[in-house]
Amino acid sequence: MRWLLLKDLQILRRSPLQLALLVIYPIAIALLVGFALTRGPEQSTVALYNAMPPEAKLGFGGEELEGAEIRDQLCGRVDCVDADSRDQARQLVEDGSATAAVVIPEDLGERIASLASLNPQRPEVEVIVNGSSAVENEIVDDRIDAMLAEANLLIARRISEAAHRYLDLILEGGRLSLLGQSFEVLGLQDTETILRELRKEVPPGAERRQLERAIRFAGLATDNLNLAGPLLTAITQPIEVNKTEVGDRAPGLDTFAVAVTATFALMFVTVLLVAGSLALEREENAFSRLTAGLVTRGQILMAKLGLGTIVGFFVLFVLLAGLSLFVPIDWGRAPVWIPAGLFGAAAFAAAGAALGAAARDVRAATLAAVMIALPVALLSLVPDDAVGALLEGVIQVVTAVFPFRPALDALTAGLEVSGGSIWLYLLHLAVLTVAYSLLARASLRRF
Amino acid sequence: MSYRSLPMAELPSPPPPGPPGRPVRPAALAARGIVKKFGDKEVLSEVGFEVRPGEVVGLIGPNGAGKTTLLSILAGITPPDAGRVDPGDGVGWVPQQAALYRRLTVSENLRLFARLQRSDEPDRQVDEMLELTGLQDRRDDQVSKLSGGNQQRINIAIGLMADPSVLLLDEPSVGLDPAQRARLWEFVLGLVSGGTAVAFSTHDIQEVERYAARIIVLDEGVEIFDGTADELREAVITDALEGGAEDRDLETSFLAFLGKAGR
Repeated sequence: MRWLLLKDLQILRRSPLQLALLVIYPIAIALLVGFALTRGPEQSTVALYNAMPPEAKLGFGGEELEGAEIRDQLCGRVDCVDADSRDQARQLVEDGSATAAVVIPEDLGERIASLASLNPQRPEVEVIVNGSSAVENEIVDDRIDAMLAEANLLIARRISEAAHRYLDLILEGGRLSLLGQSFEVLGLQDTETILRELRKEVPPGAERRQLERAIRFAGLATDNLNLAGPLLTAITQPIEVNKTEVGDRAPGLDTFAVAVTATFALMFVTVLLVAGSLALEREENAFSRLTAGLVTRGQILMAKLGLGTIVGFFVLFVLLAGLSLFVPIDWGRAPVWIPAGLFGAAAFAAAGAALGAAARDVRAATLAAVMIALPVALLSLVPDDAVGALLEGVIQVVTAVFPFRPALDALTAGLEVSGGSIWLYLLHLAVLTVAYSLLARASLRRF
Repeated sequence: MSYRSLPMAELPSPPPPGPPGRPVRPAALAARGIVKKFGDKEVLSEVGFEVRPGEVVGLIGPNGAGKTTLLSILAGITPPDAGRVDPGDGVGWVPQQAALYRRLTVSENLRLFARLQRSDEPDRQVDEMLELTGLQDRRDDQVSKLSGGNQQRINIAIGLMADPSVLLLDEPSVGLDPAQRARLWEFVLGLVSGGTAVAFSTHDIQEVERYAARIIVLDEGVEIFDGTADELREAVITDALEGGAEDRDLETSFLAFLGKAGR
């Protein structure tokens, strides 16, 4: 059997393209995924036309933003391109220079300021998007919704803070500046204190009763306005989210991304290599000669499983080594993820052998390998709760009979610093390895 | 077996076509009552014959007659449903298409199969086979770069590695030009002169007439003739065709024979 395995490795070495792919493929994937994991999302380019006069300010209640600050606020989130007019902003979107355009109208500051007056006007901002790209539209809509929600929350907070100050003034008194003049405001608490002092000097009778009514009002107003503060705070953020995690802790996003990348690479290399290599034995007419008393079909199968496991694990190792340049990989957990990789490679090799033995032709085998492995792998990534119960059950069954899901789970647990036990996943992979090997062996009878 | 002492350059002349009589030496290979079914279809019905050492037996018949199935049963690749095969001192199997790894070199292919044969000295056996095939100077060439004829030589050499008493060749000259075919048979007959028995299948009547001492005709899995080329001619009813049997070529006789057999 070892001579068959060495022969396969020799053939692999003799094929520069295959050899290059086996080395370059994991490195290229590691670089791509590594850069993707370490670089933030690309910022969208947005054309900005601010029609507000330079001296105009945005805000109220003493909190104001100048024109330049408005730009800074917006352009911290996106790459801005300044436009001189609304038409130019529109043109930038139409010719693709900008994903969207934001047009800030001349009277935005006045309208926002009016929110705190008796005659509020609704502030409006115009957004221009290119309708030809559904995906970009969706992304821009999401970003605008998020920014709008943030802006509205900010404004609500500012209104709340201004109202708080007015309430404090009414309650506790102080100085109020209005139209360039400063006024002394007494405050309800001081009013009540003064009235109580006066009551001692007023004899019982009609005047004292009137005074006591005024004292009660001042007390009630003070108590109720004390409640208004928390109420205003609650209005700015009516619902506060307290997140409690139950169940197993999900792996870090980086770890999951690394595990998904590694499992995909392991799957494609191993399944395609073994399926193609086994079918090649028949295409090169060697199978009949080998089985004419030289080796058994079982030995040929074992040699292919060995080939897939060795080469698949090699690719996995190179990939993880490459990815470790970008994201931290705990090499101390190698005793955990190495068995995960080996068992995964063996299960994929067995699946590849079953496909190769059934297809009996290199092209058909590789095509079948891609057509079966890819959809099942993608199905394995569908979150359990993302679909209905029936479909979820179907997906669980389908993904359980292909090695991708257990290999992904095993590698994720192996790579995660606080990952749990992988024994169940290894057992699952071992069962699949045996099952696919038996299928392959049965198919080899009519190979 | 003494083929190892017979390099190509020293090969004797091919034996004359058609030996004078049936060989009487012990069988190098014996098949008795071979039956094979694929589903409900019986592709071989009670086929039986022997091949003697140094004898060349040609297996002919129309497409689907069961020639390749019979050879694969004799080689031990396919089990028969009934009957038995006595492989003598071993069978060397040479499939129709060269069963070689095209990405490996000539010597790598030979060494692999020597190791799979559990040879004690694989390198020595590689050298012997290279000498036998006359391909020493191509030992480091990838098989894919060899001509069809040279690939077939290596193919046959691998079949000889187990030192078999009989060599089974499934349509060995398919795809070869006349010159390559002649060189191939020169090589095979060199082995025969060393005592190796050969059984081969072919569609080429001239080839079987020229090289086979005995002819077995299979049709729809039934062995309808076993004898020499002359006996096949004689088996045809002479009044069915113009002239005597001796005036007809073997192909005409063969077709007439199939017609007579109602096939």
